[in-house]
Amino acid sequence: MADDDRDWRDQIFTALKDADISLVGYVPDAGHAKLIEASIADNDIDDVALTTEEEGVALATGAWLGGKKSVLLMQSSGVGNCINMLSLRETARIPMVIIVTMRGEYAEFNPWQIPMGSKTQAAFELCGFKVERVDRAEDAGPTVAAALSFAYHSDTGVAVLLSQKLIGAKTW
Amino acid sequence: MVTCLLDRRDVVSAFLKDRGQAAVVCGLGSSTWDVAAVDPNDRNFYSWGAMGGAVSMGLGLALAQPDMRVIVITGDGEAMMGVGSFATVAAKRPANLSILVLDNEHYGETGMQPAHTGAGADIAMMARGAGVADATTIRTDSELAAAVDSFHSGVGLRLIVAKIDPASPPRVMPTRDAVENKLTFRRAILGG
Repeated sequence: MADDDRDWRDQIFTALKDADISLVGYVPDAGHAKLIEASIADNDIDDVALTTEEEGVALATGAWLGGKKSVLLMQSSGVGNCINMLSLRETARIPMVIIVTMRGEYAEFNPWQIPMGSKTQAAFELCGFKVERVDRAEDAGPTVAAALSFAYHSDTGVAVLLSQKLIGAKTW
Repeated sequence: MVTCLLDRRDVVSAFLKDRGQAAVVCGLGSSTWDVAAVDPNDRNFYSWGAMGGAVSMGLGLALAQPDMRVIVITGDGEAMMGVGSFATVAAKRPANLSILVLDNEHYGETGMQPAHTGAGADIAMMARGAGVADATTIRTDSELAAAVDSFHSGVGLRLIVAKIDPASPPRVMPTRDAVENKLTFRRAILGG
């Protein structure tokens, strides 16, 4: 990817396509907006808007039972909503990749984002996930590609945390 | 007014007797015991946890296998915990997904505490409100027979709430090893 000078969001979408991802479940976040738009525009991807993030864990499990590869997109605040449902992934050893836009860190303006943002990585690790953090744009595509390979070759869960430093702090 | 007239195993038997190649996703607890009792089948995925996830699991499966019938069988407590997923399902409208909610108005596995559906919550109405247009409640044998006919004919997202007797028939427990269940299910669905 050294010569890939496209936007890091486009590089993530290419990684999804290269891994034959055909279902994207999401609770929207500004940092995921471009990826969600690309998923909706792609006729080979089922895009599923969720009312809460834990639905996505069950959705991805059902998709895998039917032979379909998926990713979930959510904000760090939504990771806490998933915790009990993640027992489904761990107990059934379902391959799962969750791409998380981080809040509650670098240049955060909203104190309500800090508690869950501060615990996102630890929560995933407590739930048996491998966690990869991305701070630099050039690492985004390769890290998502690696996470998909890891998860779908090992029946494991991998979270990719896109840091607020990478995304850019939200401004109002 | 007596509202709980149907026997839960009779209801599940009626809906599954002509299932053909349909896949079944079960909510935790009594729904899983019911399906294991009346129709043990490699195309069943049972739950011993993950409360609130059955409808979403069914949606993922229905989207992955659009040419296969997918039936979610769950209880009122499990459905209420994942009630937002009615809206998620409605937005996708998978024509191959049917949802059967066994509503005994109680939390059966935890000591028969009263549940919300006995205190005014109407799951079929909530589903319609979420956008699942074909959502009905059945209470009698004749309503059951009519619902089974429409369940197995035609296509279209549908949800049926069966008001059932709160009696607990003997537990019939399938494997609690979800990896084994996953592998068996995937072999049955996907071959290989």
